[in-house]
Amino acid sequence: MLKINNLNINYGGINAVRDVSFDVEEGSIITLVGANGAGKSSILRSIAGVVTPKSGTIEFCGENITGLPAEQVVKKGITLVPEGRRIFPDLTVLENIRIGAYLRKDSLDEDIKWVYDLFPRLKERSWQMAGTLSGGEQQMLAVARALMSRPKLMMMDEPSLGLAPLIVRDIFTIIKEINKQNGVTILLIEQNANMALKTADRGYVLETGVIKLEGTGAELLANEEVKKAYLGK
Amino acid sequence: MITTLLTGISVGGQYALIAIGYTMVYGILRLINFAHGDVFMVSGMMLIWFVSSTPITIAVPLIIVVTVVLGFLIERAAYLPLRNAPRMSAMISAIGVSYLLQNVITYLTGGQPMTYPTIPLLAKTVGIFGTKQTMATIVTLPMVIVLVISLSFLINHTKVGMAMRAVSKDFETSRLMGIKINNVISVTFIIGSALAAVGSVLYFSNYSKIVAVSGALPGLKAFVAAVFGGIGSIPGAVIGAFIIGICENLIKATPYSVFSDAFTFAILVVVLIFRPTGIFGEKTVDKV
Repeated sequence: MLKINNLNINYGGINAVRDVSFDVEEGSIITLVGANGAGKSSILRSIAGVVTPKSGTIEFCGENITGLPAEQVVKKGITLVPEGRRIFPDLTVLENIRIGAYLRKDSLDEDIKWVYDLFPRLKERSWQMAGTLSGGEQQMLAVARALMSRPKLMMMDEPSLGLAPLIVRDIFTIIKEINKQNGVTILLIEQNANMALKTADRGYVLETGVIKLEGTGAELLANEEVKKAYLGK
Repeated sequence: MITTLLTGISVGGQYALIAIGYTMVYGILRLINFAHGDVFMVSGMMLIWFVSSTPITIAVPLIIVVTVVLGFLIERAAYLPLRNAPRMSAMISAIGVSYLLQNVITYLTGGQPMTYPTIPLLAKTVGIFGTKQTMATIVTLPMVIVLVISLSFLINHTKVGMAMRAVSKDFETSRLMGIKINNVISVTFIIGSALAAVGSVLYFSNYSKIVAVSGALPGLKAFVAAVFGGIGSIPGAVIGAFIIGICENLIKATPYSVFSDAFTFAILVVVLIFRPTGIFGEKTVDKV
């Protein structure tokens, strides 16, 4: 579904990502794990169209989308849940949800009901300003907002960042549910490698802009190097 | 006294129409559009020229359209290319546009004051509270109220309004939603320019002649009003504008009328000392 070929990204004069290639298969959950500054975010941001890669290609459903501006990437069915949630604090919860479907012209009622069923907390807080939500609720809102564009591929940048372990577990459960029930392909990047690899079908380990290891989630979890470097065991 | 108050309210309303343009552009771009007062002046000049060849009923809508186009083009030509530059660069560009407009008009008019046409409908005098007032004085307030209500409906209850609020907070995330940032910014300039054009008709109809720098002082006062009300806030700008318009005219009614402009700016200094973010200034809640 998504094919990344020899992607190179420069960021403030630094080679943030070097010759990275990987595939995301339709219907799967893929994760990129790696330390801070390994280039994970840069990869997602270049797929989403907010950063232009220096070289390499990004193919989505057989179409070359390299360098396409963000507004058009969303239209193709790719959405990004950005790092730190980035919900719109002085829009209401419902407005945040609606704005996720900005490009859609059809009725949103069914989708709103769907995301409210996924996250009942948001329904209770529908009229509240999004900035007043707790961190976990904001993360749920960011996911709900992303789902409103009816994505084929949902990319998530550090969804567990700054959240309590219980909430992290809830969020990962819902990610799996969205993937299984609605067939949304997930590309996830995480510093919380343990949680990410347990959830993912396939994982890639990124180190200073280069892919060092790849394998199924279970394989990587069992790998000695990964254990030492990322799982603290 | 009643005359002073009514004049104050109407001048305040005229400042409000300009101030909204300043505050909206600031809200979305964090840019002080110094050229806004001059766009207002160009709008006045346009009416003078159009009136010589078309009836006033056509000329007025026509200058609104032309002013909107001017505002749109200024943004595309002078601010859009600097979107990712430091904020100060766009500000300097705005000052440049301001002088450009003034100089072009000075060139075209040969620096001569131009006679502003009498708009029969606005110049008509009517009796109110036992005083005689021009229509321009009377209609400003209801007009501002209608425009501000429509504008807040647009911002709070339409899709483009929602996009404007989103863009004003976070460019990148707005793009991720599929919002075309530049179109939303253009809409902001279009609204600001349209209101300035309406304001110019009402404001200049109080004057017999206008010159190339006629936009500078009302522009500056509207800017003060926007800062006074809390720049970025539309209700703030409107209330600020009314306060300034009324205070200014109250001073003009005293023997110290020479100081009326100085007074306006003194208010600004005092307000900024006690409330640096203005009356309705942005709350700085950073819970993200």
